[in-house]
Amino acid sequence: MATGSARKGLLVATLSTLVVAALVAYTIGSSPAWPEVQKAFFDGRYFSTSLPKVAGAFFINVQLFVLAELLILPIGLLIALARSITAPALAPLRIFATIYVDFFRGVPSILIIYVLGFGVPALQIDGIPKEPFFWALVTLVLIYSAYVSEVYRAGIESIHPSQERAARALGLTRVQALRYVVVPQAMRRVIPPLLNDFIGLQKDTALVSILGVVETFKQAQILKAASFNFTPLMTTALIFLIITIPMTRLVDRLAAKDRNAQLGGTR
Amino acid sequence: MATAKRSARTLKVAPVLELKGMKKRYGGKLVLDGINLSLAEHEVVCLIGASGSGKSTLLRCADLLEPIDAGQISLEGERVAFEDRSADATRRRLGIVFQGFNLFPHLTVLENVALAPRVALGLIPAAAERRAKELLKSLGLAEKAREYPDRLSGGQQQRVAIARALATEPKVLLLDEITSALDPVLVAEVLETLRSLALSGMTMLIATHEMAFAADVADRICYLEDGRLIEEGTPEKIFGAPHDPRTKEFLRRVRAISAPGAKRRAGTRVKRTVRAKR
Repeated sequence: MATGSARKGLLVATLSTLVVAALVAYTIGSSPAWPEVQKAFFDGRYFSTSLPKVAGAFFINVQLFVLAELLILPIGLLIALARSITAPALAPLRIFATIYVDFFRGVPSILIIYVLGFGVPALQIDGIPKEPFFWALVTLVLIYSAYVSEVYRAGIESIHPSQERAARALGLTRVQALRYVVVPQAMRRVIPPLLNDFIGLQKDTALVSILGVVETFKQAQILKAASFNFTPLMTTALIFLIITIPMTRLVDRLAAKDRNAQLGGTR
Repeated sequence: MATAKRSARTLKVAPVLELKGMKKRYGGKLVLDGINLSLAEHEVVCLIGASGSGKSTLLRCADLLEPIDAGQISLEGERVAFEDRSADATRRRLGIVFQGFNLFPHLTVLENVALAPRVALGLIPAAAERRAKELLKSLGLAEKAREYPDRLSGGQQQRVAIARALATEPKVLLLDEITSALDPVLVAEVLETLRSLALSGMTMLIATHEMAFAADVADRICYLEDGRLIEEGTPEKIFGAPHDPRTKEFLRRVRAISAPGAKRRAGTRVKRTVRAKR
């Protein structure tokens, strides 16, 4: 019975998907300018010539987001902890952290990249690096640390106050209670939304092309300018999808597991 | 003269825990209204009273988990307060067990018990673990050491919570209705643990709805109503011949809930487990 209805469900889903896909394909394919658009965006010849170059340049993106993620993990946590400080003497730290998060979450990433990437090196202060890669990394770390700190903070706040109280009752200090009881539990809950932010970060590595870093998107633009064909951009899109889709699926699975654990857990 | 006075003073043993004129307000409501209570060494005192009478608040304030609005708290003759810099160190000398266990779900039973000795007392991990193992063994939980709390029954979890509270070798153990969240069949094992702790000389302040247990284990019973200590005395006195009409009324209501026709004579101890409905 159950398997019968499940099979029927699968059949209906497959059929309706095929019908919709066929309709979309027909609509696009029968449009008057489709042959030209296809040549401009989906040219197999340009795809195969652009692939090695665009994929090679993607290595820069990988370097950028791996380095950025390694830096963001601790920095985001420190900012989240700074924001949850209650001691009156440390109020400036909390206020600074709040302003930081508000600012970097509130301003479009591309503006921050412009201002920091072009503005700061233009100050010509001795000892400040001028390499675009360095500034690309700094801006991404600054922007995404703000997002990730909010993820951490939500995770910390999702741990019931009775846990911290139990730790304090044993004589642990507030910092020890956070370190040994609250943060380790928060970390588990935080992994899915954290990975979500990292997917955003990986895509946003394309934004630093405006600083002149020849990463995959910039490389694609260079190829496009040389050939007047948009296919290299589609190649880049494909490479991003190859990285982000498995990660999205992983996030979904972790989130579902988390939900089940919370529903099935005893307490 | 002076020496005589001093020796007389030192001879008089200070109470382990002393609460004087303790007041606590939540919003505008006075939850504790001038509590005076002291516990001598090895003494077991049970707090009884309806839900909302202030038992839990009293224990949390005594454990320096919340500030008080007036009054003072002394531990072994020394004034202590929530606001003190040394409040964390003071809490290590006080143990508390909560109604809802509040075990750390990400740590094993052994790690739950060893955490405070290691982190708060600064013992080396091996020593902290040895102490935790001994405690678990003495509470009959040795074989559960490597399990996570959610794999244990409620009674076992609560006994782990007791072991965890004992791990810093506190002077007093405060227990906040620790059997209220348990299945009736699991209550007995937890009460048995408390009974043997009382026999071993542990000083305890126990908020409870288990009247039979209180009558059996307590040296003194305190009846609490609306944040005030209405009456205190030996179990014989409180359960047998309560003086205050409010105490009488509370006990009458509690007994009305127990098995109908349960016969009780003044002066005898409650034989059945009487559980007040919340």
